[in-house]
Amino acid sequence: MIGWLRELYRRRDLFYMITWREIVIRYKQSVMGFLWAILMPLLIVGAGIVVRAAFAYVAGTKLVTSDLADVSVRSVPWAFFVAATRFATNSLIGNVSLVQKIYMPREIFPLAAVASNFVDFLVASAALTVFLAVVGTGVSVQLLWVPVLVLILVIFTIGLGTLLAAASLFFRDVKYLVEVFLTFAIFVTPVFFSADIFARFRTFLLLNPVSPVLEGLAQTIAHQQPPPMYWVGYSAAVSVAVLVTGLLVFKRLEPYFAESI
Amino acid sequence: MAAEITLAMRNVSKRFKKGEMYDSLRDLVPGLARRLLGKAPARESRDFWALRDVSFEITRGEAVGIVGNNGAGKSTILKILSGIMKPTSGTMTVAGRLSALIEVGAGFHPDLTGRENVYLNGAILGMSRAEVKRKFDEIVEFSGLTEFIDTPVKRYSSGMFARLGFSVAAHVDPDVLIVDEVLSVGDYVFQQKCAERMTQVVSAGATVVFVSHNLHAVSDLCTRTVWLHQGQVAGIGPTADVIRAYLDRAREGVKDGPTEDAYIADVKLKQRDGTETVAVEAGDTVTVEVLVRARQKCERLSVGVQVYDDSSYNVFNTSTERLGSGSFTVTPDQPFYTTFELQLHLGAGTYLLGVNLHRYDVQKQYDHRFPAATFFVKNQQDVRGAANLYPRVAAFGPATVRTPSVGAAK
Repeated sequence: MIGWLRELYRRRDLFYMITWREIVIRYKQSVMGFLWAILMPLLIVGAGIVVRAAFAYVAGTKLVTSDLADVSVRSVPWAFFVAATRFATNSLIGNVSLVQKIYMPREIFPLAAVASNFVDFLVASAALTVFLAVVGTGVSVQLLWVPVLVLILVIFTIGLGTLLAAASLFFRDVKYLVEVFLTFAIFVTPVFFSADIFARFRTFLLLNPVSPVLEGLAQTIAHQQPPPMYWVGYSAAVSVAVLVTGLLVFKRLEPYFAESI
Repeated sequence: MAAEITLAMRNVSKRFKKGEMYDSLRDLVPGLARRLLGKAPARESRDFWALRDVSFEITRGEAVGIVGNNGAGKSTILKILSGIMKPTSGTMTVAGRLSALIEVGAGFHPDLTGRENVYLNGAILGMSRAEVKRKFDEIVEFSGLTEFIDTPVKRYSSGMFARLGFSVAAHVDPDVLIVDEVLSVGDYVFQQKCAERMTQVVSAGATVVFVSHNLHAVSDLCTRTVWLHQGQVAGIGPTADVIRAYLDRAREGVKDGPTEDAYIADVKLKQRDGTETVAVEAGDTVTVEVLVRARQKCERLSVGVQVYDDSSYNVFNTSTERLGSGSFTVTPDQPFYTTFELQLHLGAGTYLLGVNLHRYDVQKQYDHRFPAATFFVKNQQDVRGAANLYPRVAAFGPATVRTPSVGAAK
């Protein structure tokens, strides 16, 4: 364990370079370049606002600015989760030649996939902050929860990403299953709506470890309310468990990577 | 031996599964079902041992070659040495920083510039960013791509790509360097540069493991060689001895037994002192010793020798008949020896020797051994081509025109 951490630390420059490569090649030769980091979440935010507007219309209420803040605060981290999971899943398959030809701690690939998407997330968050200021979202001490909630999301994403990266190396189906899963996950995650509208199924919705994070972010940023504590605790526990499981499985399978591709 | 052991392999075996691997879940489910129903073939029959019980030790500062036919387990041993694969049984220990050059330019991204790829590749090979930064100019200069360094590598030719890749790899300063035939990249000039660099690495005290088909390079670089045959160590020892044994075996594989009444029983390539050799200096004299045996009396036989370079170009050929020593008769109880003394004024490279047994008047070929021997020629001077004409150069003054002095160097 200590040896593993030490090796990972020793190869931190490799992690940095792979992350950097992921970011650079994504935007090289694209006209919009880094604007894509904002555009993707923007599309999700846009879709969310449309959904909210439809809900409001059906319910016969007005769409208020706090709704806009609410839905965008949920959409941006969700966009990060989806993109990071997708990239991490493909991170080993996409680096076949390296996995087969040169030794290195291979968890660097899913880690770098998550990290490069996190950079995009930070860019989008900056844009989001400007947007929130424009629509007049208030500031409160509850914002201190934000880093904690984001950390939980990152831990969960890394855990899931390493697990899926290793699994997709052995079974190519995993890649497609992940796509399907990520497409439909939005129905069991409170992205476009609040978990509360599910009434008695709220518990079911919150069992998804991403849900309490999104709920918490919406509560703390858009509504200046504390997050649902117990659920955040649950989400943190699940995320850490997934991370530990993911890394253990990954390291257990790693010796077979080169011969399984 | 008191010397420090840097790398040790102890009873290393590696098993692969032949046949189906479950690549997708769709295959896995019926596959498991078949196995449960007992219809799958027995596990053992699908096993394939790429390495069996391989043991050797390498001491600090030693350069060791690994040779063997295709499928002998060279690639597998390389992957185990570099840590990409784990052995099925046995252990491998390494002391110090290990770097493996299995593929040059691994991780190069076509959209990134040469400069960016140098940093990326350096990190992949285990260098820190500070280290790459320090060596950057040296790396670029070595590759000879200074003016293209800010061009995306997708615009590079494959040669340029390989040169940049090797340059980065050559500047990793490992304790143990594992090299796989990367010397064969680029043009002749660059290959020479690579070979020089490898020699430097060796003389700087690094331990080198060199896996190659190129026996010439192995005999140039390595003091000791391991010969792998069908996943097992078939020979280990001083390079010249192991290579000779390996070539002997290769020759046996080619020969399908004498079918004619007279045949070539043995061919030896000997140095002036009478010992067998595989590596010579340009200009050295060697003797080709041919032993001809017969099952029945055969008359008017002639022995021919040919020398081919590594691109199968016939550099030289002659025969006893053409040399005017006439033909000879061989009887079952009296084998016949022929010797050819050759002065090898050849360019550096690998050459193959062919020997044939022929009767001219009826145009009958009794036997043909090719390759009867393989040898490498080294040159002191940097001359290219098939022959060494021992040039000596004189500098001209600005106004006077003089004739260069004529004569062999040294």
